[in-house]
Amino acid sequence: MPTGPHWLSLRSAGPATTGRLCVATLALPMILAARAAEAAGVLDPEGPIGAANRQIMLNALGIMLVIVVPTILAALVFAWWFRESNTKARYRPGFAYSGRIELIVWSIPIMVILFLGGVIWIGSHELDPATPIQSQNKPLNVQVVSLDWKWLFIYPDQGVASVNDLVVPAGVPVRFMLTSDTVMNAFFIPQLGSMIYTMNGMVTQLHLQADRPGDYYGLSTMFSGDGFPDMHFIAHSVPADAFEKWVAGARGNGPALDQAGYADLQRRKSRVQPFTYRSVDPHLFEMIATQKIPPGPGPDAGRGGPGVHPQPEG
Amino acid sequence: MLGKLTWDAIPWSQPIPLIAGAVVMLVLLGVLAWVVVKGYVPYLWREWITSVDHKRIGVMYTLLGLVMLLRGFIDAIMMRLQQALAFQSGGYLPPEHYNQIFSAHGTIMIFFGAMPFVIGLMNFVVPLQLGVRDVAFPTLNATSFWLTATGALLVNISLVVGEFARTGWLPFPPLSETGYSPGVGVDYYVWALQISGVGTLMSGINLVTTILKMRAPGMSYLRMPMFCWTALSANMLIVAAFPILTATLAMLALDRYLGFHFFTNEAGGNMMMFMNLIWAWGHPEVYILVLPAFGVFSEVISTFSRKPLFGYRSMVAATLFICIVSFTVWLHHFFTMGAGGDVNATFGIATSIIAVGTGVKIYNWIFTMYGGRIQYATPMLWSVGFIVTFVIGGMTGVLLAVPPADFMLHNSLFLVAHFHNVIIGAVLFAAFAGLTFWFPKAFGFRLHEGWGKASFWCAFIGFYVTFMPLYIVGLEGMTRRLQRYDVPEWRPWVLLAGVGIIILFAGAVCQVVQLVVSIRDRDKLRDEMGDPWNGRSLEWATASPPPAFNFAVLPNVQDEQPYWTIKQRAIETQQLPAEPDYQPIEMPRNSPTGFITAFFSTLTGFALIWHIWWLVVVGLVAAYAIFVWFAWRDVEDYVIPAEDVAKIDRERRHARQAWLDANARVGEPA
Ligand code: HEM
Ligand SMILES: [Cu+2]
Repeated sequence: MPTGPHWLSLRSAGPATTGRLCVATLALPMILAARAAEAAGVLDPEGPIGAANRQIMLNALGIMLVIVVPTILAALVFAWWFRESNTKARYRPGFAYSGRIELIVWSIPIMVILFLGGVIWIGSHELDPATPIQSQNKPLNVQVVSLDWKWLFIYPDQGVASVNDLVVPAGVPVRFMLTSDTVMNAFFIPQLGSMIYTMNGMVTQLHLQADRPGDYYGLSTMFSGDGFPDMHFIAHSVPADAFEKWVAGARGNGPALDQAGYADLQRRKSRVQPFTYRSVDPHLFEMIATQKIPPGPGPDAGRGGPGVHPQPEG
Repeated sequence: MLGKLTWDAIPWSQPIPLIAGAVVMLVLLGVLAWVVVKGYVPYLWREWITSVDHKRIGVMYTLLGLVMLLRGFIDAIMMRLQQALAFQSGGYLPPEHYNQIFSAHGTIMIFFGAMPFVIGLMNFVVPLQLGVRDVAFPTLNATSFWLTATGALLVNISLVVGEFARTGWLPFPPLSETGYSPGVGVDYYVWALQISGVGTLMSGINLVTTILKMRAPGMSYLRMPMFCWTALSANMLIVAAFPILTATLAMLALDRYLGFHFFTNEAGGNMMMFMNLIWAWGHPEVYILVLPAFGVFSEVISTFSRKPLFGYRSMVAATLFICIVSFTVWLHHFFTMGAGGDVNATFGIATSIIAVGTGVKIYNWIFTMYGGRIQYATPMLWSVGFIVTFVIGGMTGVLLAVPPADFMLHNSLFLVAHFHNVIIGAVLFAAFAGLTFWFPKAFGFRLHEGWGKASFWCAFIGFYVTFMPLYIVGLEGMTRRLQRYDVPEWRPWVLLAGVGIIILFAGAVCQVVQLVVSIRDRDKLRDEMGDPWNGRSLEWATASPPPAFNFAVLPNVQDEQPYWTIKQRAIETQQLPAEPDYQPIEMPRNSPTGFITAFFSTLTGFALIWHIWWLVVVGLVAAYAIFVWFAWRDVEDYVIPAEDVAKIDRERRHARQAWLDANARVGEPA
């Protein structure tokens, strides 16, 4: 036999080691997942939508693990027991068909999918992002615009707006209307739940709610160009009175968001520090979404175009 | 004269691509010089470049796949390094470079790594398993290969001349429109894929025709080996899906070149249409990759368990089931577009239904092992590793098919972990299992087992260490394609994934060492008899490597395991079947058509990218001319005289007789 790393060959290591190794590798992700549940993320929801999403995900996972774990174990056990060197294993070279086994083999996955289909059907309807959240509190309206590369949040009823900083009252449903100034993005606050795309010339809808005061990380999850990593913000969930105070403070401060102000904001820029607008043109969002205001500009040129070397500003 | 092309197209100010490009050029020139000096050019031209032999073409496809997998892997290492460094800092790659790397990584891995590898295996194996002499259209086959190589070449040229797309491996508009991507990057993407896409489509047509029309006498559909069934399904998917890709990219090209507005923001364009179309191709595409992988495992598990495949007909049904259903699920790639409950639920359920077919296959493989006598050669290790890994990847896939769960995981690193879980765990594992399994058939000597096993263990462990952390960090909200980030909780997982890729790198090194060592020790690893694994299907009936005509006389197939039956009979009677009456064999002549067409297609593609219009015309006219010239040929075949056939086949019979004399009396076949 040629030389080489024989310590790795199964025949000498023994398939038992292999089996144990595989089981260990299987257990590992579960331990890691448990560890991850403690960190802020979709496993640590702070609102009803996130909690419901998580519940559905865990239900689906549970349903599947019921057959996935035995399947993996069966694969490993058979692979190990029927190894060539095991003289106790019975060799049945003709065992290539069994109607009963085929029946079971088709029905197990079908049954699981029936279950899961129910979960999917109900979940998709109940948690459709456009479905309002049931609550005694009147929802807060927020209009969201993704720009290159910052988030604009307009509070139409309060007449203020903010950039890269979302402030919402705790315990109150928020009704988001979303669009994009340029390319596609996706609006996502992991701890609050569902994400949704933002697209130029279109409006998507999303309903979220934060149950408690806190700061939650938000980001874009749809790649949008060179400044994409800076498309993140903090969603501050604050008590109702603090929200009123924040609105009042915003009204007394900052520039006005009219068409000229918006044209300024459209310029490509990343790493924009959060700031607020003291007033907002009430038709602004509609004009963006209906393209009365033309989409924001792209870069002047890329490599191979007239002016080579584009650099993101800021 | 040269369109947009100027000296500025070369990234003089960026040392990384410049040096990488220079090194690649030097290596290429070195290899070329070596080939010329050693006088290998005529040999290469005669035996490989102009070859229309499906075996040679299969080998070249596989080689292209291997080289491109390495290229894509280098991109992967660079990305992992960037993310390891770019915590609250810019790392070492600026966004404009990092964004090209992840786009090139996905494009290269899928289109020029995995696809050529899988197509290469099908090309090599399918005609042998069917017991025929070549594919239906041999010259077309060569053309397909060379067009794929053209695409790969164009993508790699973009490294040093201009730039590659900075949009991700699927160029979503409006980001990919001229407004937001004015450079040549997206154009490189479009033309590389258009040209190689033509090749892929032709190769699909070729293999579908071969399987439907050219089986050995007696090989009915339900006697075809499982690999042929999966190849048939995958190629039917190619024929059905690749035109969608071509049309979609053609629309994008019209937008970019002629100011159309299929997908633009302005003038009523609709980016959602692009999402729909590209995924209507994209989801079938993942099954184009994975179905042949299933076929490889079916062959390997049955051979090394020393049993026929369990539930063969059920497996055929499951394959066709997956093939059809895979066309009805594409919307699961954009549940988060806001289509509403009914639409999302319908596609979510359709998606999970695919898992039924996949589940059935898993169980049948498990029952193939049940009652077997399993030999753990390298291909079998990859197969068991696959079953375990793929079950996990399928489970996370079904999780993503539950819309409310997808609303939280879409585009996260959880998604990235899912598809690497299935693509590495199934397609790549199958590629290496298949490589080890059929290598002796192609070259007449086995690959070194020790290094193969080392490679498996590195890949297996490395995969888990690299991608399990990505599941976690995805659950923590980390999204894909981040050039930098500043959330401290993500950092440990990102670093752990960085460790994983070191293990994967070790696996890649083992794979290369395995090749080198095996070539060096080829005399010790020789496969004299042509049946190194005690195989069951017809490819093992012929010599290793097979003669140009594969089979001196087309075999007569009587059941699902034709060669096994022949072999058992020989062992029982202690003699080979009587010598057949050898006839002269007509084989297709070599043809430079494919190579020359591809040469001019490369010029055309390059010229389109850089707007060098006269060259576009020259390239197109020349490529067409060579085709016309080929169509007007008057000698199609050459004849191998009966005595030559007899001489070659007697050698094979001699080796088998020797084996019979030495082994069969002992009882079990070796
Ligand atoms: C049991 C079968 C499978 C199911 C149920 C499944 C489900 C899914 C779903 C729902 C997504 C979309 C997730 C999202 O974008 O949010 C997805 C993405 C993906 N899947 Fe699978 N999958 C399965 C098997 C496979 C296989 C076998 C492959 C490849 C060989 C594959 C490759 C991919 C790729 C490449 C993507 C992501 C593409 C991208 O966004 O760039 N999947 N899968
Ligand atoms: Cu899909």
